[in-house]
Amino acid sequence: MLHGFVLIVLFQFAGEAAARLAGLPTPGPVVGLAALALLAIAFPALLRAVEPTADALLRHLSLLFVPAGVGVLQHLDLLRAELLGLVAVLVVSTLVTMAVTAGVFALLARPAKEGGR
Amino acid sequence: MSPAPVPEAAAEFWVYLATSPLFWLALTLSVYLGADRLSAWSGRNSFVNPVLVAIVVLGAVLIATGTSYETYFEGAQFVHVLLGPATVALAIPIVRHRAEIRANLLPLVVALMVGAVVGIASAVGLALAVGLDSALVASLAPKSVTAPIAMGVAREIGGVPELTAVLVIATGITGAALVTPTLNLLRVKDWRARGFAVGLAAHGIGTARALQVNPVAGTFAGLAMALNGLVTAFAAPVVVAWIVG
Repeated sequence: MLHGFVLIVLFQFAGEAAARLAGLPTPGPVVGLAALALLAIAFPALLRAVEPTADALLRHLSLLFVPAGVGVLQHLDLLRAELLGLVAVLVVSTLVTMAVTAGVFALLARPAKEGGR
Repeated sequence: MSPAPVPEAAAEFWVYLATSPLFWLALTLSVYLGADRLSAWSGRNSFVNPVLVAIVVLGAVLIATGTSYETYFEGAQFVHVLLGPATVALAIPIVRHRAEIRANLLPLVVALMVGAVVGIASAVGLALAVGLDSALVASLAPKSVTAPIAMGVAREIGGVPELTAVLVIATGITGAALVTPTLNLLRVKDWRARGFAVGLAAHGIGTARALQVNPVAGTFAGLAMALNGLVTAFAAPVVVAWIVG
């Protein structure tokens, strides 16, 4: 577990360093995600080493953004002033995104295998 | 009447507690556990989102006790710091489902690219159209992806990460609530397409909903959540710069 955690933190660190050195406007941890995905496909031993820690972190993923979410307290005025516009944008954009994504996928997919339906 | 000694001791004890990082760390963990129980008890109803409940309860405690966010964060930062490692860990579901990726490569890649761009561009375009503040526009751009990535993206493009966290949760709840009626109306019957759409547009909350409905939909939703996090992190700065000009 600790072994896996060290590996994950090292990937995050490498991602942060690479993003900074390359001047990428991409969060360092996401660069670390991409690097880990590619290397874990190439090296199954790496996948096995990080799996237990990764599963533990992802099982409680939503806990991890509670502290940042509480920070919304500092921006309540902005939120209140623009509430109606925000809700409208959010609902319409989410609907359109789901509809377009499902449509494109279904259009290009071969029909699902029969059976079990 | 002289003040009773017990309340005085209690007040002193509170002063000690309220400035102790350990107290706010313990409260964050306990409130989240309680909110998660509540969510389980509601049958994982999308509207009883444990994060939303925890934020409301903790926010109310901070306001009621006059505690500053900085004081709170001194304790809560120990949870917050794990966001980075958790983002890196999202590589694992992608690696595990590489067989599904390979078997559905064309629809998956095209739907991912189109969906990611539509998710960002529709949010930014609509936000500009209704005249939202520019910090809000940037905070909304990554709303469809999982909170740890969305907050990082918002920070990079001039948004407010704390606002993004809340907008991401609201997006997840919206997507989870609307996916079934919307896709029924559009007559999309393929569970892969349905799951992929809700995971892409509504991240973990949408994925949880898909898992309740159908296991195939759940798998594709989880995959879409991880892949869209990756794509949006690279695409959002470009798309936002292109639209905002």
